[in-house]
Amino acid sequence: MDIHEYQAKEVLSNFGVAVPPGALAYSPEQAAYRARELGGDRWIVKAQVHAGGRGKAGGVKLCSSDAEILEATEEMFGKKLVTHQTGPEGKGIYRVYVEGAVPIDREIYLGFVLDRSTQRVMIVASSEGGMEIEEISAERPDSIVRSIVEPAVGLQDFQAREIAFKLGIEPALTQQMVRTLKGCYQAFSELDATMVEINPLVVTGDSRILALDAKMTFDDNALFRHPQISELRDKSQEDPRESRAADRGLSYVGLEGNIGCIVNGAGLAMATMDTIKLAGGEPANFLDIGGGATPERVAKAFRLVMSDKNVQAVLVNIFAGINRCDWVAEGVVQALREVQVDVPVVVRLAGTNVEEGQKILAQSGLPLIRATSLMEAAERAVGAWKNDLDQNTRVRAV
Amino acid sequence: MSILLDRESKVIVQGITGKMARFHTKDMIEYGTNVVGGVVPGKGGETVEGVPVFNTVKEAVEATGANASLVFVPPPFAADSIMEAADAGIKYCVCITDGIPAQDMIRVKRYMYRYPKEKRMILTGPNCAGTISPGKALLGIMPGHIYLQGNVGIIGRSGTLGYEAAAQLKELGLGVSTSVGIGGDPINGSSFKDILEWFEQDPETEVIAMIGEIGGPQEAEAAEYIKNHVTKPVVAYVAGLTAPKGRTMGHAGAIISAFGESASEKVEILEAAGVTVAENPAVIGETIASVMKQNAA
Repeated sequence: MDIHEYQAKEVLSNFGVAVPPGALAYSPEQAAYRARELGGDRWIVKAQVHAGGRGKAGGVKLCSSDAEILEATEEMFGKKLVTHQTGPEGKGIYRVYVEGAVPIDREIYLGFVLDRSTQRVMIVASSEGGMEIEEISAERPDSIVRSIVEPAVGLQDFQAREIAFKLGIEPALTQQMVRTLKGCYQAFSELDATMVEINPLVVTGDSRILALDAKMTFDDNALFRHPQISELRDKSQEDPRESRAADRGLSYVGLEGNIGCIVNGAGLAMATMDTIKLAGGEPANFLDIGGGATPERVAKAFRLVMSDKNVQAVLVNIFAGINRCDWVAEGVVQALREVQVDVPVVVRLAGTNVEEGQKILAQSGLPLIRATSLMEAAERAVGAWKNDLDQNTRVRAV
Repeated sequence: MSILLDRESKVIVQGITGKMARFHTKDMIEYGTNVVGGVVPGKGGETVEGVPVFNTVKEAVEATGANASLVFVPPPFAADSIMEAADAGIKYCVCITDGIPAQDMIRVKRYMYRYPKEKRMILTGPNCAGTISPGKALLGIMPGHIYLQGNVGIIGRSGTLGYEAAAQLKELGLGVSTSVGIGGDPINGSSFKDILEWFEQDPETEVIAMIGEIGGPQEAEAAEYIKNHVTKPVVAYVAGLTAPKGRTMGHAGAIISAFGESASEKVEILEAAGVTVAENPAVIGETIASVMKQNAA
């Protein structure tokens, strides 16, 4: 789960990380009011969306008057911000964060991630702050400092000092840097984060170390023990279909294509998408309905897939292991009688009791297209989509 | 003698009183697995599917001589159960549980390092379908009947995609020595490389099949290991060619975040290490069959 910049700053400041004074606004007028409250004569207004690359996309503006704040935020509220991380549909701007501008001496990149090679938390830092980490690794890989945290004892002072010195932080500021690093690590580990990124972390003209931006991602599997973090969830930043799927216990990711996929198991779902592509089509979604393909789950899956208006054919691929093909087939038939599906449906069943499953599908009277192998299923789905005008292949189930 | 488990392995099921655990305990016993007990704190003295339940893994090991364990415990408590198994002297543990917090798994891995390597429990999973040595024993939730006994060693991150591969092999009359699910989580007990080491040593395994997917460094690490240490032919398939960057595809571990983590990069790295890559999931079986034929010639 992602949270907003202003929320991440509040979380991190509770762990001793210094941030500039700032305030949240839900309207342009409120933004201007917040700026007056904060004082000073220059402010940064920042669109709060769950994505990086806001600056380049026009989501971050420097303002030096009420009028400028009103103008900048009028441009933001209610709009979709499209950055290289949001996809073409963008993310809605409903909150803006106003911060007093600070004089910047230098910018540092600081990230905490789960390193899957060492299976530990890794700190990644660079003296080239402000750039995206991908750009830094491409252009200045030698500037990147890495440090692995030993989970039994946590981040030690000497490790934090080593990072500070490698980044060329002035000796007088080492303690501030150590406090920042240890605060971030503590937040990461106590709150079950999977990512903390401060980009940039700045050294100000008056020798302070401040987090100018902050991003945090939390482990969904650990939210049960952090109710205060779960409350920070902002559904306006999520794909509505994906959050609806998650609420129903299905794992769904919307894509650009037009062949809807209903599959059990994440690996098989990805493999099914790949096969569709190989057969000349484009998958409309990733959807893992999980182990037990009960009629209810299959019906939910059909509703979800059909809510994507781009879907012009559906491919159901179920490998029945412990559950049996005949149960799954009954589920598919029942789902198609409940959910209106007006595009061709290809069903491929494999595994336990496959013959009985096929028989149930054949005897259902529904104009389903059956397939036995994975490749055949993908080819038929792509073929059905291409011959979509042939009314005989259409399922009109009510 | 197959890798990791065989007919003699004495198995306990942690969390045996749960509905799913009962179902799969019965299934494993029917398959021929030597299930000797279960562990549920506070339910010691009960009986499930004819086997005794103990309060602690230590008690179960003392009473039954158990050396393998299947963890079926809910996510908040699963890490603790794995560590309990490691501490009680269990040699091989499969964790089925899906949804364990990543930092819990970091702690599990760290905890296991308190034992020297020769005494350290082997863990596969979490979030996997388990391990099967066809005709001998099943430690997991996979349908036993789709596996023929044979000489292909399978290592896979995904459950149903692994079934798909085994079923394709069966269709071709080919069997499996052992199939090991390593799971779809970012921090797991054993990597492809760890299991490759076992298969390389296993006289029953002729060809090794790796079924990978997007995300994480383990396929690339395996490629490096294969280049230098594996003499047996290796076949691979990597799922997720169509997966977009930065999006998690069902498995917590299936997310592309660095170089070498996309499907096409993994394919390239594996091919460079001499691995035969099946270009699509429909031909995994055929590809293995043709490599076996070449190997025999």
